[in-house]
Amino acid sequence: MSSSVVSARSGARRVSLRAEHPHYGEKVIIAFLFIAAVISVAVTTAIVLALLQPLPRFFSEISIVEFFTATEWSPGFARPQYGVIPIVVGTLMVVVTALSVAIPLGLLSAIYLSEYAPEGVRKTIKPILEVLEGIPTVAVGLFAFFWLRPFIEYLTPWLPWGGLFSTGVAGIAVGLIIVPLISSVADDAMRSVPRALREGAYALGAGKMRVALRVVVPAAFSGIIAAFVLGASRAVGETMVVLLVAGAGSPQLNFNPFEGIQTMTAYIASRATGEIAVGSIVYDTIFAVGALLFTITLAMNMLAIRFVNRFREVYD
Amino acid sequence: MSDSFNKLPARSRFAAAGAGLVVQNRFASADNKGKVSGVLFLSVMLLALTISLVAITAILAWAFVEGRTRLDLDLIFNGPSTVNRATAGFSVAIQGTLQIIAGVIAIIIPLGAGAALYLEQFADKTKWWNRLIELNIQNLAGVPSIVFGILGLAFFVRAPFNLGLVAAAGSATIALLVLPTVILASREAIKAVPSSILEGSLALGATRWQAVWLQVLPAAVPGMLTGVILAVARAIGEAAPLLLVGALTFVTFPPNFFEGGYSALPVLIYQYAGRPQEEFQILAAAGVLLMLVVLFVINSFAIWLRARYERTW
Amino acid sequence: MKKNFIASAALAAAGLLVLSACAGAAEEAEAPAAEAPAVEEAPALSGTILLDGSSTVGPFAEAAAELFMIENPGVAVTVGISGTGGGFEKFCNGETDGSNASRDIKEEEAALCAEAGIEYTRVTVANDALSVVVNMDNPLECISVEALNAIWNLDSTIATWGEIPGIEAGDLAGEEIVLYGPGTDSGTFDFFTEEINGEGGNIRTDYNNIGEDDNQAVQGVSGGLGAMAFIPFSFYQEYSDTVKALAIDSGEGCNEPTIDNLLAGTYTPLGRSLYSFPAASALGREEVVAFYTFMVERNEEIAAASGLVPLTEDQKAEQLAAVAALAG
Repeated sequence: MSSSVVSARSGARRVSLRAEHPHYGEKVIIAFLFIAAVISVAVTTAIVLALLQPLPRFFSEISIVEFFTATEWSPGFARPQYGVIPIVVGTLMVVVTALSVAIPLGLLSAIYLSEYAPEGVRKTIKPILEVLEGIPTVAVGLFAFFWLRPFIEYLTPWLPWGGLFSTGVAGIAVGLIIVPLISSVADDAMRSVPRALREGAYALGAGKMRVALRVVVPAAFSGIIAAFVLGASRAVGETMVVLLVAGAGSPQLNFNPFEGIQTMTAYIASRATGEIAVGSIVYDTIFAVGALLFTITLAMNMLAIRFVNRFREVYD
Repeated sequence: MSDSFNKLPARSRFAAAGAGLVVQNRFASADNKGKVSGVLFLSVMLLALTISLVAITAILAWAFVEGRTRLDLDLIFNGPSTVNRATAGFSVAIQGTLQIIAGVIAIIIPLGAGAALYLEQFADKTKWWNRLIELNIQNLAGVPSIVFGILGLAFFVRAPFNLGLVAAAGSATIALLVLPTVILASREAIKAVPSSILEGSLALGATRWQAVWLQVLPAAVPGMLTGVILAVARAIGEAAPLLLVGALTFVTFPPNFFEGGYSALPVLIYQYAGRPQEEFQILAAAGVLLMLVVLFVINSFAIWLRARYERTW
Repeated sequence: MKKNFIASAALAAAGLLVLSACAGAAEEAEAPAAEAPAVEEAPALSGTILLDGSSTVGPFAEAAAELFMIENPGVAVTVGISGTGGGFEKFCNGETDGSNASRDIKEEEAALCAEAGIEYTRVTVANDALSVVVNMDNPLECISVEALNAIWNLDSTIATWGEIPGIEAGDLAGEEIVLYGPGTDSGTFDFFTEEINGEGGNIRTDYNNIGEDDNQAVQGVSGGLGAMAFIPFSFYQEYSDTVKALAIDSGEGCNEPTIDNLLAGTYTPLGRSLYSFPAASALGREEVVAFYTFMVERNEEIAAASGLVPLTEDQKAEQLAAVAALAG
């Protein structure tokens, strides 16, 4: 606030620095700013409402126990089962594959960029990596379906590739998308490690690799974990790539990466653009699955934020 | 060092020499071996980077190779056509995307800048509601895009906004999707302005708002604008939420923002890719190429902007 | 420097908005200007028509819309493809003028419309069918409905071609059956399961789900000797040199999926009609009447453009009467 009173020991007159006339217009403006910020809360509330509203109706017909424990997801079939585990497993398979691609690629790139790369190289490569993140996911999905999968099949003909869809390839494509995310968050974390730690290790005679792997990475550990969790969260929410590459899969539990599978996101997209009459229980599955998806990503994001705050605290 | 060292009692000199030897043994021998593994490590990292870069090139190559036969002006100026497949194009979808983006920009600039300004300059950080708002924004940044589609369908298409399946609904949905990242980027930009600028202004008698509006905000504008441009780039490529708010339509005439059907570039590409006729598959690849070129231009502009106006205080 | 920057940024943003507005205006200005020569003497039609529904009927309606709009540039026709069910929901909510459907309206949906006071009629716009396709090298030519049901029904455990009752599998006996089919969201799914399995959704759950993209079924079948799928006839027409369609025997001999058989009604039970349900209130507008009449009268042209099978002469007469009845 701009009010303060100056009192001089020499006995000069007290001068108030408060504004000469109250600026009511400014108070209004600040109120508008507050409203702009509050809109984010309104959005979250709206999302929660939209997802929760059909749920009482849904769970009055489908038991929650069945929802969470049955192992067949076949709404719309003659003897429908509403066990959500198969599509959760679908999402999990894609995420695990994606992370197994993105963690090595992302972390290694981050270590290189933060510990080894000269400033000019870093300035060029970071934006280029961001391009990978910015490619529309429909393009990545089409590319993965038409070129990536045949290419991988060509490289590994001994593997039991069947059909057209492949959860494994979908996972690899999603992994490529999240590499820049993991790389930049891990890079930020590693750059926050104070130089003193590195220099202490160098002074003791350690080589660059040792410093990077034994000093910087452990020091930036919580930030790096945050990077992984954020990457996983992004992978959980990916829709277009899995729609195009993993197809729709069978209603039963399936752990085969060489066949298609349906993830939670792909299910929502197909159901919402599909033929089942709105307002029916089958349609309401959109909201049930959507609520589950939202809860999972919320939990992951909160976890990641915790880790990020931890690494910020330690060194700020 | 040797002078003062030699003045120490013999015991200390021996101890120091011994300690030095121990340390040397611990590290030096390990790192002589380490030369090879160091080089290996470096090559592994460079390999990792190369794979990512190769992936980018491969995607571009796919789009070019598959779509090059349709890289003509019809792509941009003709609309979708079931009847004339060989000359069908994306014109209507391009217009739809432009309208959606115009709406997105109109929403995210005031809301994003406003929220960021409030949180950085006017909020009392100890109050719980301000911390809740911050937490909220960070969480929203990670919500899957399709959940925003559900939000759009439930709130914009139907009651309370009741816009129907129109471009305005798509625009609002996408705007909310990218808003958190705009707020986060704007906050970083505002944070980067040193507090001395603000405080100097206050010291000269400005009210807080005057100081922010006249000093801090102009200094933060380049960073904020970069955030907006990157958000726009992301908005152009989003298909999943639009699937749920009505963009999955065959429209052959330019969309009206508040009435009637609309389409968007990534959604039309997805639609074309699902049709049996080969002309449509080629068209989908050509559309991808078009989108990538546009995004490249936008991203380069953002990068240039960031570099040009980046200030070290 | 800062002022210049803000000014140029504002200019760029304004330019973007102007560009999109201009593009929209230019197209709209162009469209009425390019009048088709020598049309009816009636005054130019104008208005908007909103259709939504089945993605099988979609291409037909889209082609119809395009051709109609060339001759009537003042009318704007939009065709959505939210699916038959989704289309009805919007239709009974009063949000669309007509609903495209690959099946007849269900009781629940009709009740919904009655509740909302929406009256409608059913117009058959085209004929279509489902084709059962197998690999080109598959020796089979004809399959009975019983055999199909045996393969596809809910409790089926058939895994190889040799296990299918009533089929001479020959060399294929030991080959594994790989099934491809659409998801439960598809009208094709509904139709196949009702006709072949006896009840909607009464299908085994372990087939390869191609979602909405029939391309995938074709690719899968052409790539595997033991593969089988059911796809819309229009898709099969496009890929008739990549996959083989089986003739269907529903008790009176094998009938191949050909246009003649469809028109003659002998390709049973997988022949079907495609419908569009205009609302009575919409038919009060002359452009809607004109459009529906157009769809029936210019049927061959539109069907040819969209890969569907046109109406027979009898069907045409019937439909024109139906439209006239509700409109007049």
